[in-house]
Amino acid sequence: MNIVVCIKRVPDTSESEVKIDQSGKDIVKDGLVFNINEADNYALEEALLIKEKIGGTITLITMGPKESEDTLRMGLAKGADTAIRLDDPAFEDSDAYATAKVLASCIKDIDHDLILTGCIASDDGYSQVGPSIAEILGIPHAAMVTGIEIKENMVEASRELEGGLLEVVEVKLPALLTIQTGINEPRYASIMGIAKASKREIVLKGLGDLGLKDDEVGRKGSNTVIDKFMIPVQEKMAEFIQGPPEEAAEKLTGILKERGLV
Amino acid sequence: MKKIFVLVEHRKGEILDVTYELLSGAGSLASKIDGVVEAILIGYKVEPMADKLKSLADRIITIDQQNLENFNSEHYQKILTYLIGENNPYITLIAHSCFGVDLAPSLAVEVNRPLITDCYALDIDGDKIKGYRQMYGGKVNVEISPVDCEGYIFTIRPASFTPEQTSRKGEIVKIDSPIKEEIAYRKFLRYVEVEAGEVDITQADIVVGIGRGIKEKENIQIVQELAEAIGGVVACSRPVVDAGWLPKERQVGSSGKTIKPKLYIALGISGAFQHVSGMKGSDTIVAVNKDSNAPIFGVADFGIVGDLMKVVPVLKDKIKELKAS
Repeated sequence: MNIVVCIKRVPDTSESEVKIDQSGKDIVKDGLVFNINEADNYALEEALLIKEKIGGTITLITMGPKESEDTLRMGLAKGADTAIRLDDPAFEDSDAYATAKVLASCIKDIDHDLILTGCIASDDGYSQVGPSIAEILGIPHAAMVTGIEIKENMVEASRELEGGLLEVVEVKLPALLTIQTGINEPRYASIMGIAKASKREIVLKGLGDLGLKDDEVGRKGSNTVIDKFMIPVQEKMAEFIQGPPEEAAEKLTGILKERGLV
Repeated sequence: MKKIFVLVEHRKGEILDVTYELLSGAGSLASKIDGVVEAILIGYKVEPMADKLKSLADRIITIDQQNLENFNSEHYQKILTYLIGENNPYITLIAHSCFGVDLAPSLAVEVNRPLITDCYALDIDGDKIKGYRQMYGGKVNVEISPVDCEGYIFTIRPASFTPEQTSRKGEIVKIDSPIKEEIAYRKFLRYVEVEAGEVDITQADIVVGIGRGIKEKENIQIVQELAEAIGGVVACSRPVVDAGWLPKERQVGSSGKTIKPKLYIALGISGAFQHVSGMKGSDTIVAVNKDSNAPIFGVADFGIVGDLMKVVPVLKDKIKELKAS
């Protein structure tokens, strides 16, 4: 089973304040910690589990700056075989559709039975790139997958629906699956693995290597354009209880008592 | 006259709430562009559902065939590609649901139209249309424009539009399925219900929810103690279940349970829309979070900005003191 995993390096903003930068079309990323996108990490782990079970190869692909080589190396350290970074000035301002075109043009030249991506990126949250790649390559897909069983020439995939209901579908290989968080327990790379991966080659490909024209990617190849970022104005805001923990806890207990909740 | 397509989402013979929301949103857009609302209903034995949509759409296009009984994005994509080609709708609205997420991106590629996913609002000004959506877990709002095209596709976040009763006189138009042969590369097999656990969080009056801010599995113990002191149960947001620290039946949110307790205490939960949609109906909501700008404070009645590991133990003590007095 030859597996391609698309991954992305993203900033972690889950517990930090987000500020808009001078362009008005991005956030200030200084001081933020970058890591592999959470859902992509589960996709990578799923690929490693399949490889361990039935054999095959894992090719990691990312579209991103030089810094994202760290993310690729972490994947190599865990057991991926090859890592490709797609980067070109022409790729700048690519929307989800243009990004899918870039990734698909790289994947089409790689022998693949299964393509795995995360089901959502924690930064832009489009949930769009994975299924778009499948359509461009002309292969079937299933999105938001929480369980995979590989069978002969096909995969049985469980999809998570609203309210916790699961839908089980059969998808013929080659196929693309977008992986939901929680499908497995992503491993950590070993120290030895990290040391070895630091010396591995990462293949760099640009516009020409992918056989794309510059009007197919970047701003010109995109179907959508970001106008502006705005900090949400909350229509209503919680009444903040001030003071050190002890004092705040005391005040809150008083409020809960008043409301007949304790 | 410009057409606005709304894809009807249904499961096991029931139209889902989000469809009524989309029809209402489509109605407001239609009034701005002098357009018509057309509901697209794909399924098997759909007539009872079509009847329910008559007052909400100007036309209900039904494609009724046994192999369409269950959702299958491949079937839907083929049919919508055909309908978009035949009718050239200016706008196509699809729910940003597990169903829509599986369908819309590949559909947009096939019909070669711009797609903006997960919009909470749309705006039309003349011939310019814009989508509004969130990024970074709800911490920024983003305005996005599609490039000029004859038609656009949007997926709409559930609960973005309020369903309204209208008095349209929808005509039901039956269309034969353009799918002539079985699609062999993707099949629906079955539904699997999530197993019921020992604690039913939907029945509790007080629920203490934990999120990513809990950091370590061991830290759940102090939250458990708080829940016991206050007479509630422990629930959580998705990352806690993903980490394997609490079972799936404790998850609150769009892919978990919807709860409406008298009191909900959110600890270390940032307030992403998926979680909020499962708990916003709670009577009183208290949130504790390190980030004073966390979206959870926009939903909460009372907020404490701080480290839950410091707040929770003292809160437990204060509640115990109160109950003992």
